[in-house]
Order: sequence, then structure tokens, then C-alpha cells
Amino acid sequence: MLKDSDRVFTNIYGLEDPFLGGARKRGDWDNTKKLIELGRETIIEQVKGSGLRGRGGAGFSTGMKWSFMPKEVGERPHYLVINADEGEPGTCKDREIMRNDPHKLIEGALIACFAMQAHAAYCYVRGEFYRETEALQRAVDEAYENGLIGDNACGTGWKFDFYIHRGMGAYICGEESALIESLEGKKGQPRLKPPFPANVGVWGCPTTVNNVESIAVVPEILRRGPEWFAGLGRENNTGTKLFNISGHVNKPCTVEEEMGIPLKELIEKHAGGVRGGWDNLLAVIPGGASVPLLTQDTCSTVLMDFDSLKEQKSGLGTAAVMVMDKSTDVIRAITRLSRFYMHESCGQCTPCREGSGWMWRMMERICAGDATPAEIDLLAEVTKQVEGHTICALGDAAAWPIQGLIRHFRPLMEERGAGGQQPAAAE
Amino acid sequence: MSDAPETFAFTSENKAKADAVIAKYPEGRQRSAVMPLLDIAQRQSGGWLPMPAIEYVADYLDMPAIRVLEVATFYTMYNLKPIGKHFVQVCTNLPCWLNGSDNIMHACHSHLGIKTGETTEDGEFTLVEAECLGACVNAPMMQINDDYYEDLDSDATKQILDDLRAGKQPKTGSQLERYTCEPLGGLTSLTHQEELRAQKVSEKGDN
Repeated sequence: MLKDSDRVFTNIYGLEDPFLGGARKRGDWDNTKKLIELGRETIIEQVKGSGLRGRGGAGFSTGMKWSFMPKEVGERPHYLVINADEGEPGTCKDREIMRNDPHKLIEGALIACFAMQAHAAYCYVRGEFYRETEALQRAVDEAYENGLIGDNACGTGWKFDFYIHRGMGAYICGEESALIESLEGKKGQPRLKPPFPANVGVWGCPTTVNNVESIAVVPEILRRGPEWFAGLGRENNTGTKLFNISGHVNKPCTVEEEMGIPLKELIEKHAGGVRGGWDNLLAVIPGGASVPLLTQDTCSTVLMDFDSLKEQKSGLGTAAVMVMDKSTDVIRAITRLSRFYMHESCGQCTPCREGSGWMWRMMERICAGDATPAEIDLLAEVTKQVEGHTICALGDAAAWPIQGLIRHFRPLMEERGAGGQQPAAAE
Repeated sequence: MSDAPETFAFTSENKAKADAVIAKYPEGRQRSAVMPLLDIAQRQSGGWLPMPAIEYVADYLDMPAIRVLEVATFYTMYNLKPIGKHFVQVCTNLPCWLNGSDNIMHACHSHLGIKTGETTEDGEFTLVEAECLGACVNAPMMQINDDYYEDLDSDATKQILDDLRAGKQPKTGSQLERYTCEPLGGLTSLTHQEELRAQKVSEKGDN
């Protein structure tokens, strides 16, 4: 188990003062100038060296992403955009950073902007997080008043502004290019790549989009050194991670743990175990709604990191662990997710716009016991036709949970069609 | 509920807010302010966006009205029809459903006497189903106006609705003995804050 002394988010439950007084006591803004004075290249090298992989779901190296920005600033200014459009079902970690430890995010944004020669960060927060936005804005105001950000941030001579932009309810804006479109005042429809945001991002300028958690851990990495972060977890899957454990556990919670913690240990140590005991476990969706589920036997041994979950044909995603016990109608559960993707498809690409609705209607048929085994094959084939054939990953995300269901629960799906009993609905 | 007005203009206070928002974006990029300005307009109009407000925002930002309408129809937080004073959004996505959001929905239906998507006759409540609102370890939950109500059951849901109807502000956040997203009953990490947790939970219960 991760030692308390190795935790980054020491106020994740908001028990202490979330604002500047409390933040300073926790070590935030402690000689930030010295971190900036490491210089751009060193900062990027150290973030790379820490092994930090993006915490928003895709798991791309954060330091590497930063290094894609142009080395020299030309006529177009550089921007950092922070993705706080947290909406992946199961995921509620960035919310806690923004309301309980907001200064970590602001300090991280300053350092990231300096490293990428940007003078402004735009933090795109989902609109429903109104109280979280208020907390973050209060922290931003404090940072300005105390000279930590602004024209001469932390006395470094670097001008740095932090702006909050509220979303207005569209899951798709968590996709980085849709988020950029939205920030420009348009419908949030993803852009074709290339060009990548590092060349043409917001307002046509070089832009890096990072998740809240990725940015908020950066000051701690630089203070303690990249070796410290890289020494946690295992190779290529380093550091600490915020986990959200929801569903059929005795004590759902958010907790920071070491990357690579066994799933079973995570659930039993922090979430009070599976309701009715481990043997009552049916399945777990380990990384937010978009990743395929795991069955109980896999859950008993799998490690919670990018590579271990990929080996099991699932993914770490946002590390949002949704637990389902044996009372769950798992077909109904995945059908609910299908409806979500249909609702959230932006409508731009035909395979996703039409396919997500089609897949949901098929799932409803299967759920109701109206489908034949041949229809399950047809559904599986359609998921393959949606997957990989859209501009962004929402099409994939709509396909994968169904593929996971068919892979692990096909007999149950067939039985349902043959008139088998439906489990009782969840309480 | 407010009827559709024939004209719309920001109050002087909201005009100042709008201008401060526009100043956040680089020069010539005022279009980026369309979402926050529509939100300000929606709040001024009692929770929904009548057409004159959409046209007003378009003029304010020197944008074609159709581009603003496109934004207003794309994002789900803009209401294009009037809503009740209390806008009840019950999350029914997977973690909430696993923890009984069907019961919460049912409690709302029976207690308010309306179906999903409807508004009570007195204009007090509008009930809708929401997609994941990002408070999954505190499921099931609902949002009413700007606040989250978490760790609900049927009784807590009815109590919240009753309080709002009576003009009282119910306790927001978790309805159990939890401060935020920590495990119920005791910390498993940051255990030096255990005493603080107990104190905070007890203070919250007293409010």
C-alpha cells in the first residue's frame, strides 16, 4: 500500500483548508521560482524521466507531449489547455482536485506553461461542476493576489494567466480537439488530425491539452525528483494514481494509490470489499465506461496499470473502477452504457451517429430476450465496423463495452434469447 | 415559469459580467465567450434561453444568430423551453443505476406527481434524467440547480424535495455521514486526518 508520505494529493477529501493557507502548509507554492529556474529543457526531461503518462485515459507520456510543442515561439502564441471536462461514467477524481486541492493544479499549470513557453492556461471545466468551479476560481484569485501568477508569476518575470472556461454539458468535449472547438465557441465536434494541436490548436495556435491530474502532479515530481515518481509502480507504469471505486462495494470512495496495485487489494483495502464478499463479484469495469469489463477470475489477479489491463484486453482509462456483484443484470448494465454513447455521439461521423443508436437498439432487444444468437454475431460485426472508422475515439468507446460483454457473457446473452431467466434488477 | 419575452437585454450587472468574460480571450476571439454569455443570459431569464436572448448574445458578440443557436442546441445545459424553479436532474448512468437510481427516479415521480421531462403545475419543479454527473463514488445522486445531492435513498430524496418546496436549503453533498468522497466510517489513507474527519462529519450533520 502507498505510504502517506508518498501521496501527492494530501487533501483529497477536503478535510483541511483547500485554499492558500492550507495549500502552503501542504507544501504547494514552496519556492516555485526554484522549479522554474530549472529551465524548460530540464523540466521537460524530468517530467519525461518520471514516466508520467496522461491521466485522462489515453496514457500518453506527458513529457513527450510537451516536447512536441514548437521550440521557438513564432507569431502565434502557445497555449496550455487543461481538460477538466470530467464526464467518463465512473470518473470523479478531477472534481476532488479542483475543490479540495486546487492550488496543485494552478502551480502545475504555471510550470507546464513555462516549460512550453505559454503565457496562458485555459481550464475547461464541465458546466455541471459549478461549486468546483467556484472553489477553483477562488484559488485562482488568491494566486493572483499573492503574486503567484500574473504579470510576474512567483517573481520569475514570467507572465502567466489562468482562465476558467465552463463547458455546458457535452461528454464529447472531453476529446481534446472537440474541447478546442468548444473553447473557440463552436459545437464540440472533433477535428481530423493531423494537424495535431501542438501545431494547430486553439485559435490556430500551438496548444497542448492535458488532464487535470497530469498537471497537478507535476510540482511534486519536480520537488521530489523524477526518480521518486518513477520508483513507484513498475516500469512504464509509474507513480501514484487517483482511483474512483463505485458500484457494488461496501464503501465506495476515491483514493490515491500506487500505480499497479492489485485490483482486489484496491477494492478490499479501501472500498470495504465487494458487497457480499469477493465470491459475490460478477465483473468489474476497471477504467471508466469506455473500457471492456473484466470477469471475477481476472479481477482476482490483475494489476491496476496501463499495461496489465491492456494485456487483459481492457484498459486503465481514467482508473474509474465500477464494481458489479452477482445481482447485476450485466446485459442491462452495458445497455445503459450504449444508451449513453448514443446520447453523446456528436453526430459528425456516420458510423458513430448511426451505429451508436443501432447498437443500443440491438442491446435493448438482447436485454429483453428478443434476439437470436445470429443477432449477437451481427452486433459483434457492427461493433467492428464502428471501431476505428470515426474521427475520434467515441465510436471505439461505444463498441468496446459491447465487445467485452460478448467476449465474456455470450452464453448469458444467448440464454436470455432462448427464454432464460432475467436476473432481478439492481436494488 | 416565465413566459417567452419579446425582447432581451443584459442587466447592467450582467453586462459587466459578460464584458469580464470576453476579456479572458485574446483580441478578436470574442466568439469564445458565447457559451458563458449564453449561461449568463439563461440565468437572467429564469433558467432557459428564449430566442430574443440568443439573438441578443449573437449581436453582443457580433456573430450570426444561427451560430449561436447551433451552440445553444448542441449543449445539453441550455434549456430551450421554460423550466421550474428547481431543476431536478437525476443521474441514471451506470454507477448510480447500480446503487439504486431507479428508486430515486421513482421517488421523484411519486413525490412530485410528474413524469420525467415534465414540470409540476405550480412551476416549482422540473424533473429530467441526466447522464453521468461525475460524483460516482457518491452514487446515487442528483443535481438541483447548481448543487449536488449525493448518497441518496428514497427518503432523503423526498426530504430534499420537501425542503425545497418549503423554501429551505437542504444539506448539499453526501446525505450520509461522509464529508466528501472518503470511505464511509473511517479513513483508509491519510489516517492522520481521522480525527478531523470525525469532527467534520459531525459538524456537517449538525447543520
